[in-house]
Amino acid sequence: MPIDILMPALSPTMEEGTLSKWLKKEGDPIKSGDVIAEIETDKATMEVEAVDEGTLAKVLVPEGTENVKVNTPIAILAAEGEDVSKAAAGGAAAPAPAAAPAPAAEPAPVAAPAPAAPAVAAAPVAVTVASDPAIPAGTEFVAMTVREALRDAMAEEMRRDPDVFVIGEEVAEYQGAYKITQGLLQEFSADRVIDTPITEHGFAGLAVGAALAGLKPIVEFMTFNFAMQAMDQIINSAAKTHYMSGGQLGASIVFRGPNGAAARVGAQHSQDYAAWYSQIPGLKVIMPYSAADAKGLLKAAIRDPNPIVFLENEILYGHSFEVPKLDDFVLPIGKARIHKTGKDVTIVSFGIGMTYVVKAVEELAKDGIDAEVIDLRTLRPLDIDTVIESVKKTGRCVTVEEGWPQGSIGSEIAAQLMEKAFDYLDAPVLKVTGKDVPMPYAGNLEKLALPNVGEVIAAVKAVTYR
Amino acid sequence: MAVAKSQVGSKAASTEGRKVAASRAAKSPATSKSSASKSAGGAKAAIADFTKEQELAAYREMLLIRRFEEKAGQMYGMGLIHGFCHLYIGQEAVVVGMQMAIRTGEDQVITGYRDHGHMLAAGMDANGVMAELTGRRDGYSRGKGGSMHMFSIEKQFFGGHGIVGAQVSLGTGLAFANRYRKNDLVSLTYFGDGAANQGQVYESFNMAELWKLPVVYIIENNRYAMGTSVVRSSAQTDFSKRGASFNIPGEQVDGMDVRAVKAAGERAVAWCRAGKGPYILEMQTYRYRGHSMSDPAKYRSKDEVQKMRTEHDPIEQVRARLIDKKWASEDDLKAIDAQVRDIVNHSADFAQNSPEPDAAELWTDIVR
Repeated sequence: MPIDILMPALSPTMEEGTLSKWLKKEGDPIKSGDVIAEIETDKATMEVEAVDEGTLAKVLVPEGTENVKVNTPIAILAAEGEDVSKAAAGGAAAPAPAAAPAPAAEPAPVAAPAPAAPAVAAAPVAVTVASDPAIPAGTEFVAMTVREALRDAMAEEMRRDPDVFVIGEEVAEYQGAYKITQGLLQEFSADRVIDTPITEHGFAGLAVGAALAGLKPIVEFMTFNFAMQAMDQIINSAAKTHYMSGGQLGASIVFRGPNGAAARVGAQHSQDYAAWYSQIPGLKVIMPYSAADAKGLLKAAIRDPNPIVFLENEILYGHSFEVPKLDDFVLPIGKARIHKTGKDVTIVSFGIGMTYVVKAVEELAKDGIDAEVIDLRTLRPLDIDTVIESVKKTGRCVTVEEGWPQGSIGSEIAAQLMEKAFDYLDAPVLKVTGKDVPMPYAGNLEKLALPNVGEVIAAVKAVTYR
Repeated sequence: MAVAKSQVGSKAASTEGRKVAASRAAKSPATSKSSASKSAGGAKAAIADFTKEQELAAYREMLLIRRFEEKAGQMYGMGLIHGFCHLYIGQEAVVVGMQMAIRTGEDQVITGYRDHGHMLAAGMDANGVMAELTGRRDGYSRGKGGSMHMFSIEKQFFGGHGIVGAQVSLGTGLAFANRYRKNDLVSLTYFGDGAANQGQVYESFNMAELWKLPVVYIIENNRYAMGTSVVRSSAQTDFSKRGASFNIPGEQVDGMDVRAVKAAGERAVAWCRAGKGPYILEMQTYRYRGHSMSDPAKYRSKDEVQKMRTEHDPIEQVRARLIDKKWASEDDLKAIDAQVRDIVNHSADFAQNSPEPDAAELWTDIVR
């Protein structure tokens, strides 16, 4: 029976890619292990190896095709002894399990119900944030991924200030494990884009020392899971020195990298540290959702004289958003963004949590519930005033985040609303969070462990008594 | 980076002495050490003699640290100093000798929590240090740091760190900044035999040699990590060899002899300034007091302490040479003693009379 060769997923979060090159042509014999094609994702170019043997009967997806979804049949392989032309005409009845381990029933086994990347997120109602710099009329907006926004932010700040440098694992020659530092080595040289050994505790401490001496390091953690190795330096050395020195000395440093669950990488690589870092006086903590916020806030973070924890998300890296095309787009740290105005309920979220909210809000609108959505953007200092003002109007609040429930950002907001806006509340504040379990590996369990759109909708209906 | 312009009180003379020493160090060729070697161990190796001025400066500096620490211990007992207080008594030759080998106010210094001696040797004001110990507003950190957390940008002293070993990565970062700025400054990164077993020390060694960072790692081996002796805690007790697997040269130094310290410090600093990377100095020293004020030090015998005090005391060694060479009379030394006691007593008065920090200080200096 002919075998379908499927578009493979070459990384945990890959949803689609470009089939850049066929290295075999129709009629070529294929042996298992042969490199048959090259695939380009937003992160890298990778080779596709054949699993099965036979003859390449038909190429279904020509080279140069973009946005080929994972698990799409890209070619048909005639098994040994099969009629090649017949195989090419008929195709395979079902994907051969040997060629593609991913089950066909379930679309791409990605944990978060993330929109297919790079999809331009549904344009929110344009709400201006009073504290954000006014964007001049006629400013051009360009679609940009979060990944590109982060890279541009670093590159712009490195051009502006020679004391800014990037240090971390695979940031230079490899161009970034998640390709966030792509091109920086070429522009700024190895003096300023520095590959480290795998030694988080040591290089975080080294960078803090360099910051104490007046430089402005950007420390990339390949993921924040590995920053636990460096936690002491981030908190005891970076966050506390300014206070302990009576204001004499401080560290202007950014610790950045992907945070939280990616997809199917298990408990040790899927933790959201938002609440942990947000507890530390002396740190500022930023967790952007959109590309514009990622760019404007990373630029602000690099200029800020304080230690900053900048929490990114691997799944969001490939998402596109409209970003104003300005020479120097810097956003204020510590100000929430009203993503959408509404009158019935306040939904507070940040980072990837926003992806659930954006979808839920569309569904809620169909039921006549007009939600106001606040994207916190910064978790410390927490812009509770914006939340309170909204709750004064709506009387109801739901928080959404991927982190664990106990001591979560939502817990903090609930407590502060009780203290400061109790008389305005018409319902208890509800939290939608990740479940109180280490992240499981199995696809179905991982889905259950994370929040979902249904939970957001249910929480909103509960507080609006629908 | 500006050279410190003002010197505190009567410290000017000794600082001059340091400058002379530093300029000499710059001229002396770097002694190439391709691997760890034992060069000291008993001050038997040929050590360049100090000039009269150097001996007097070293004597005075070491005495200041000793008297200051004795006073701090006394004030702790009186309930004027609280919390952790780690005294440096016995180890004075290490910081004083090393400081003579560097450019004060330009080269960086960083250490752990047994830090009062390092601060005084770096030329920080005794009043400000003592007032920090009493938690008052005129302390270096305005009373918010305490014994383990003081800093001086003017003297390029970067603390004062309470987590064992953390300063090793930080000090490596200070050296990184020097290399980044392409200057010829050196980071003196001090830590103890206890910290030498922390993982981040080796992460730092690796990067320092890989990137040829100008850092002198000074391991103050005072034989006890809190109450655990080096033989009970360390598989390799020759700390000068701890950089061997990273190709970092190291030396064991008689840390009770200020001349040996200075000479080794000059070799190490010259190595770093020449762009050859890091250098390790194991200072074999001894602390007379417990780990902290609350430590009765029952893990060692009184005889052991007494033997070190009578046979190896760093201050007595200098004192004996000064008398022996007739560079100073008993009266001359008494005069220095009186001068030092004045500074220390004044700092104690100052630290008790300085007001507590304003309550509003609770909320300042968190972010800037």
